[in-house]
Amino acid sequence: MPKLTTYRNAFIVLILVLILCFFANISLGSVSIPFKTILESLIGSTDNYIIQNYRLPKAFTAILVGSGLGISGLLMQTLFRNPLAGPFVLGITSGASLGVALIILGAGVFGGTLAGLLVSKWSIVIAASLGSFLVLLAVLIVSSRVRDTMAILIIGLMFGSITSAVVSVLSYFSSAEQLQQYIFWGFGSLGNLSWKELGIFFIIYLIGLLLSIISIKGLNTLLLGENYAKSLGLNLKQSRFIIIIATSLLAGTITAFAGPIAFIGLAIPHITRQVFNTANHKVLLPAVFLFGAIIMLICDSIAQLPTSDYTLPINAITSLIGAPVVIWLLVRKRKMIF
Amino acid sequence: MENKNQHIILETKNLSVGYKTKKEEKLIASNINIALQKGQLIGLVGANGIGKSTLLRSLTQVQAKLSGEILLNDKPLASYSNLELAKSMSLVLTEKVASKNLSVFELIALGRQPYTNWVGTLSEEDIAVINKAIAHTNIEELKNKKCFELSDGQLQKVMITRALAQDTDLIILDEPTTHLDMYHKAYILKLLQKLVKETGKTILFSSHEIDLAIQLCDSMIVMNKKEVVSDSPCKLISKGVFNNLFPEDLITFDVNTGSFRVKK
Repeated sequence: MPKLTTYRNAFIVLILVLILCFFANISLGSVSIPFKTILESLIGSTDNYIIQNYRLPKAFTAILVGSGLGISGLLMQTLFRNPLAGPFVLGITSGASLGVALIILGAGVFGGTLAGLLVSKWSIVIAASLGSFLVLLAVLIVSSRVRDTMAILIIGLMFGSITSAVVSVLSYFSSAEQLQQYIFWGFGSLGNLSWKELGIFFIIYLIGLLLSIISIKGLNTLLLGENYAKSLGLNLKQSRFIIIIATSLLAGTITAFAGPIAFIGLAIPHITRQVFNTANHKVLLPAVFLFGAIIMLICDSIAQLPTSDYTLPINAITSLIGAPVVIWLLVRKRKMIF
Repeated sequence: MENKNQHIILETKNLSVGYKTKKEEKLIASNINIALQKGQLIGLVGANGIGKSTLLRSLTQVQAKLSGEILLNDKPLASYSNLELAKSMSLVLTEKVASKNLSVFELIALGRQPYTNWVGTLSEEDIAVINKAIAHTNIEELKNKKCFELSDGQLQKVMITRALAQDTDLIILDEPTTHLDMYHKAYILKLLQKLVKETGKTILFSSHEIDLAIQLCDSMIVMNKKEVVSDSPCKLISKGVFNNLFPEDLITFDVNTGSFRVKK
């Protein structure tokens, strides 16, 4: 069985690329900052407000978002035995959006005094996590009834439709300001987090990551299918529960803090498998982490449109990269493997 | 050969199998009393829909039994934890492996899961067991191939090797010869016979290849509408058990050759 050591060189290269992308990401922006100043502000000898309070937390957010979405996609593709599974396709992101829509837009519908209390950053985070968890739970219940994995994907799409329908209804009743707030949240953004928020984000992310790591063995067993996994002594219910919790923690908090980021969760595991050519999660999990972080940093750098004053919505960039990957997977001659 | 080892590994007493829903019980087969002797190759045969799969699913605890007792090594099957059961019984199922991107070695190595640590690291002992299993089934040349590159026959050999690597006293296979050509059907069953002889394991398989099973098995379990009979193939033939296995308007059992004939 290929061990981590077999892939040592690939991992070293990826880590170097990650560091490179990290520096490139904080070097590029609408304001050009000399590299020397960047280094100095990183070690703390010079105070540079933009670096320390804007670009650095943004780069860290990008790393957490990319790696977290990639890992949750990997977990779901194995759990649902479906190469098209991912937080976005399965409707988990939609669930989070629905939660946020209810909070931001619903606040206007359900009364004015509550509104101010409700629409804090934390209530958005909680609503998004709750929304994604509920959708994932629904998907899981359906998947235990329906053996056909295609049906699960369709149900995910339906959740997306329900979300947009509810949003349309709510937007009819809400003020322009609230609508704008929701739409901006929907574009996705990596740059809105303070250090304190990033800290909370990191803690929840870490719990999700740890749960993913303890699921590695179970995930490998699930590659054989559920009945084989059970015959190999796996506690199916417990493993499935841990995987689901890990996924909803990762995808839920990411969507809450950074908005619905499309396609990264679906595309990253496939890109990783193309390079590493293995199904072993002991290799895939760290590899997906690195690939996710790198690609998210690159997407963010592109979104910044270096040297210009404009910033593109991050969601547009990830879709531009992710959607072709999905198409390419579908038209490839060899059957989709995962 | 029957006298070689009379120790019983799996035994059922008045077992009834079927499906239980909230509203009703659907009885598929009842009054099943079988005993699997250690170190034997046992074939389970019967017409379609008679309940072979249901019986196997109940024996492997994939589904719950309706009533009666199943004893594995003299202990009730239900008292085994998942992990204990994984160390006593390994399976080859009809369902397709979920991920075809696994290499053959990786797939076989998953058979060691009940013995490995929390992250599934293979010890040297694990690798030795895996290589021994690979040597038993003669698939060294497939070791580094991916599962999607294999033919059905090769994949079945790999799945049997995985079950061997799980290192259990009992291996149960659900219709291991479906989708295979005549040569590979004989090859797989012959391989099972060889494994029983070489490793001393007990192997139970269900199959529609009654002719082959009669030639290769140490004992057979025959399921028909009325009863479940278990004995050595010769005795089963002399008892005439095979004669009324199928409706006689189309095929009949020829006692002299031990095979079925189509009525012309």
